[in-house]
Amino acid sequence: MNTAIDGEIVQFDNVGLRYGTDREVLSDVSFTLFPGSFYFLTGASGAGKTSLLRLLYLAQRPSRGMIRMFGTDAITLPRDRLPGFRRRLGVVFQDFRLVQHLSAFDNVALPLRVAGVAEKDLAKAVADMLEWVGLAERSHARPAQLSGGEQQRVAIARAVIGRPELLVADEPTGNVDPEMAVKLLRLFEALNRLGTTVVVATHDVHLLKKVPDSLIMRLDKGRLSDPTGVLRYPPRPRAFPREGEV
Amino acid sequence: MAFGLPFRLSFRSLSGGEAELIPQSRLSGPMPWVIAIMVALTVIAAAAGLALSNTARSASDELSGGVTVQVVEANPVERNRQAAAAAQRLRALPGVADVHVVSQDEVERLIEPWLGARAGDDAEIPVPALVDARLREPIGGENLGALRSAVREVAPAARVDAQSAWLKPVFGAIDSLRLLALTLVLLLGFAFAAAVLLAVRNALGANRDTIEIVHLLGGTDGQVARIFQRSVAFDAVGGGTVGLALGLVVVLFFGRRFGDLGAGLVGGGALQWYDWVLLALVPIAGILLAMVTARFTVLRALRRML
Repeated sequence: MNTAIDGEIVQFDNVGLRYGTDREVLSDVSFTLFPGSFYFLTGASGAGKTSLLRLLYLAQRPSRGMIRMFGTDAITLPRDRLPGFRRRLGVVFQDFRLVQHLSAFDNVALPLRVAGVAEKDLAKAVADMLEWVGLAERSHARPAQLSGGEQQRVAIARAVIGRPELLVADEPTGNVDPEMAVKLLRLFEALNRLGTTVVVATHDVHLLKKVPDSLIMRLDKGRLSDPTGVLRYPPRPRAFPREGEV
Repeated sequence: MAFGLPFRLSFRSLSGGEAELIPQSRLSGPMPWVIAIMVALTVIAAAAGLALSNTARSASDELSGGVTVQVVEANPVERNRQAAAAAQRLRALPGVADVHVVSQDEVERLIEPWLGARAGDDAEIPVPALVDARLREPIGGENLGALRSAVREVAPAARVDAQSAWLKPVFGAIDSLRLLALTLVLLLGFAFAAAVLLAVRNALGANRDTIEIVHLLGGTDGQVARIFQRSVAFDAVGGGTVGLALGLVVVLFFGRRFGDLGAGLVGGGALQWYDWVLLALVPIAGILLAMVTARFTVLRALRRML
């Protein structure tokens, strides 16, 4: 078993996952995510990308193996401590998972409200975030009134508004035009430069070239391809200055 | 943000925000009306139980020290003599508070419904002379025996009976009815909790996606439970108020009808001020029960989610 690496955000060690009695959808997955790293997770449909992400955003417990998050064993983590860990994550779901009867503003504000941020403190942050993703004019619209791309941008705004330590995005550019895809990627990069570790699952190979210093995790039939061991024992990432240190 | 309808579930309690997390229409449905009916039935059952308790207590207080002396003697002169002697002896006893010789007219009025007018004049039907006595303490086996001996010394044809003994079967029936009322209140409480449980489960199912998202965004079980608890409380306040009003109308209506009977036993069943306070507490108990049930149901269901 790999020993704990100092300062790691996430550490997977020989993780396996099966649903019910079916065969494993993930087998012997081992990698380490460092603070400030940018990862792409690629693989064919059914390779296990979404299952791996579900483990990352604590929606699922593995069938075997070890997962450490923020220096704590995530497998034996008691239920009442999960919310605290989840508030340190930002998630962009493949199907957006917006609350249908809430406006774009309220959907983006949801993580802050859950965390108990006062209404007067969140209004400007939410408005700024919506403006950043180009939806300032649509803040009162409900998801059903938004296009697929607009919904995706709301989902991204919701994921990043809390300045998470780890951002997990499942096909975040799947429903937007190339120009918006690049813009969203720049948002992730900007967040990454502020210290957020980013994991983006995508099957768009052109996207991989847009972030030069990123590491690529390739899943094939539930197994992580890591011939050089760089994902398991990665080099220390670039040290970006944190906000306020510049 | 739409805030048109009253009692809409608000996220305000959770975070100070104004977003409505779970649409109230999905949660409520017919719940307030179910609660209103349950509370009305509980108020009626509880009022019946309280009235029966009052009836039993009042009758028991009235009869507990009562003794009736019957002088069963065919000769009217001797009968009246023994009745007078029995009354005199009773007055002389220290434990006797009051003695009343029932007049011939009163006795005839009592038996008139069964034997017709002036039945006491018929020599063929000897009507006993009656003496009504009230003791200072409740009658028991020991003091009744002493009383009998004392009376029979001067009135050999006298029969001495404790009045409470006659009504023993009535008290037994009243006790059964009180038990029935209590059972009904408990069953209604159980049915009430079951109705809330089903409604909350249904709402949990309908809002599962939203709850899962809130969870994944770091929401706690307590936060989600509070949303449901608050919504159920709103329903229970509305339903409970309507139910209490309905129940009180029914109780007042029947109270008046029974009051019109003017019968002694029924008159003792009138509700006291503290009984009305107890009835007013029924919807409050309902609201608390609904909130506890909702919280318990939600927390239990959420524990199955990660």
